Amino acid sequence: MSAVAETSNVTDERLAGLTLPTGGWSDAARKDALSRVQASGLPSRRDEYWKYTRPDTLTQAVPIPAAVFHNDEGPLFDTVERLKIVFVDGVFDAEASDDLSLEGVNIERLATADVDIHWARDVYGVLEANGQKPVLRPLAALNTAFATDGVLIHVTGDASKPINLIYLHKSETSDAILHHVVKLDAGTNLTILETGPAAARFNKVMEVDVGDGAQFHHIRAQGRDHERRAATHVFARLGAESIFKSFTLTANGVMTRNECIIELTGDDAKATVGGACVGNGDFHHDDTVFITHDAVNCESRQVFKKVLRNGATGVFQGKILVKAGAQKTDGYQISQSLLLDGDSQFLAKPELEIYADDVICSHGSTTGAIDETALFYLQSRGVPKAVATNLLTLSFLTEAVEEIEDETLRAEINDRMAAWLERRSS
Amino acid sequence: MLKINNLNVKLEDEDKQILKGVNLEVEAGKVHAIMGPNGSGKSTLSYVLSGKGGYEVTEGEAHLGDVDLLDIEPEERAAAGLFLAFQYPVEIPGVGNMTFLRTAVNAQRKARGEEEMSAAEFLKVVRAKAKTLKIDADMLKRPVNVGFSGGEKKRNEILQMAMLEPKMCILDETDSGLDVDAMKLVAEGVNALRGEGRGFLVITHYQRLLDHIKPDYVHIMADGRIIKTGGPELALEVETNGYADILAEVA
Repeated sequence: MSAVAETSNVTDERLAGLTLPTGGWSDAARKDALSRVQASGLPSRRDEYWKYTRPDTLTQAVPIPAAVFHNDEGPLFDTVERLKIVFVDGVFDAEASDDLSLEGVNIERLATADVDIHWARDVYGVLEANGQKPVLRPLAALNTAFATDGVLIHVTGDASKPINLIYLHKSETSDAILHHVVKLDAGTNLTILETGPAAARFNKVMEVDVGDGAQFHHIRAQGRDHERRAATHVFARLGAESIFKSFTLTANGVMTRNECIIELTGDDAKATVGGACVGNGDFHHDDTVFITHDAVNCESRQVFKKVLRNGATGVFQGKILVKAGAQKTDGYQISQSLLLDGDSQFLAKPELEIYADDVICSHGSTTGAIDETALFYLQSRGVPKAVATNLLTLSFLTEAVEEIEDETLRAEINDRMAAWLERRSS
Repeated sequence: MLKINNLNVKLEDEDKQILKGVNLEVEAGKVHAIMGPNGSGKSTLSYVLSGKGGYEVTEGEAHLGDVDLLDIEPEERAAAGLFLAFQYPVEIPGVGNMTFLRTAVNAQRKARGEEEMSAAEFLKVVRAKAKTLKIDADMLKRPVNVGFSGGEKKRNEILQMAMLEPKMCILDETDSGLDVDAMKLVAEGVNALRGEGRGFLVITHYQRLLDHIKPDYVHIMADGRIIKTGGPELALEVETNGYADILAEVA
């Protein structure tokens, strides 16, 4: 069978199993997205952009079942005052959720916002479609077409507390598609926390339109279910002097592809995207980032750290594109892996494409083992080897966690990682 | 307290003998100094005793009290009471100095079957000891040795020593990279720990450290052996005449 025929079969089968929601303000965007998926087909392993990650299990019609992980830890961010919005296997749980009202913020659900929401119509599927150039992201287009729910968040002031999207996974066969839209008006401020595995297979898109001078903070922890699979996309557009910061913590998960597509469209904007992941055994984690500088004096940072063992695989594809005229760009990219044994692998593809001449861009990628000198130093002070290894592993991950601005949220993430490492070695 | 008997050591990866039969005994409460030209094996001796990888003991033994040092892990040697102040203290980004100290103190206590120090008690003790070494709160908070000056790193070593209260301390060229004032401060820290039956092995190139930390015995090491042992006057002789005379004398 030819590659084209195979792709079209997979795409047809996947589309045949889905129903296009109709009758709302998002109809046009959904139809447009559907036609784009039909034209491009879903990704196949022959696609250059999927060279290091096999998309099969993310595109096949029926997901592979995933056992539910029985987590005996308390919920993350439990000590943080926050507005909780709960989805169980992709289905909104009104009972478990807080009242969707928050000062300075308008929150609607995609599934129930049947009246025309003009602001959302200007974003829904728009940033996603824009992010399909120059690289196609068919799973995101599929999401725009078929998303069953999600939240539409319009920030008109400073949000008084973070919004926590909590994704519970209770069914072994669930296949969830959620699409969130966030619009921050000029000068406003919002933090979104995302926690949990969501489903056996999860396809999620978040579109974020950050207005001039606005600040958006995003901290995500993807849950510890070993067999879950996820393909997620964050599309962000940054106005002048705005700030966008996104951090993702991943432990376990047999297949994860997190894409982050950021466009700096206003001068003096700053974007940071970072992640820490800890993988053991049957684990494949792919961070794919595409940052476009299309304005003057903008800053972007990519900081990714991966700890891999027992045959785990980590992937990083990160690109900085500096368009002509985007002078005074400061782009930074670092991706590092710590391999705790010889079986694991880290595949990195850093890319820079620059069309302006007054630009600072740097990228670095390293793969290494635990530093023997530091290990001996700790042991010579009486710290047992296993504990010393954990301390050094944690210190390796910390550089990415440091990108989280809020001290309390940063401490929550650090404490959680420390507890995982300790448990694993005890 | 520390008994080294005919210690022979080679590099693990190459056929190169570094120590060729070292014999040395450090009694409780005494300070022994080891001097010697570059490459004589002084640092190797300190590493082998504390358990650094990359070396192979081909013959001989080393005991700390009843404990056979060469048979156990570095952390077990530490728990048994051995401490090495590093010539080049290691920077550990991401691990706070305080966290590091408390982890070390409590790991040793746990290994010895003692009760762990509470956070409050630890804080009180560490603050008092840090103060005498002129280590400020900021240095305690920062990641281990990261961005520390040469002097700060060495003072941090002595702080660790003071917190861990070892029986036997090995100082590997603690004077290297220190100016006169920093050296005095470090020496005062060491002197404060003398007595109480604690043994010291001070490895140095120069007599000047021994002006501040007065040794009971001085050993000259060359080509993997201790070739001469004497009192503090031996260090002065080296300072005046260099090693050439002594090397010629024993040759």
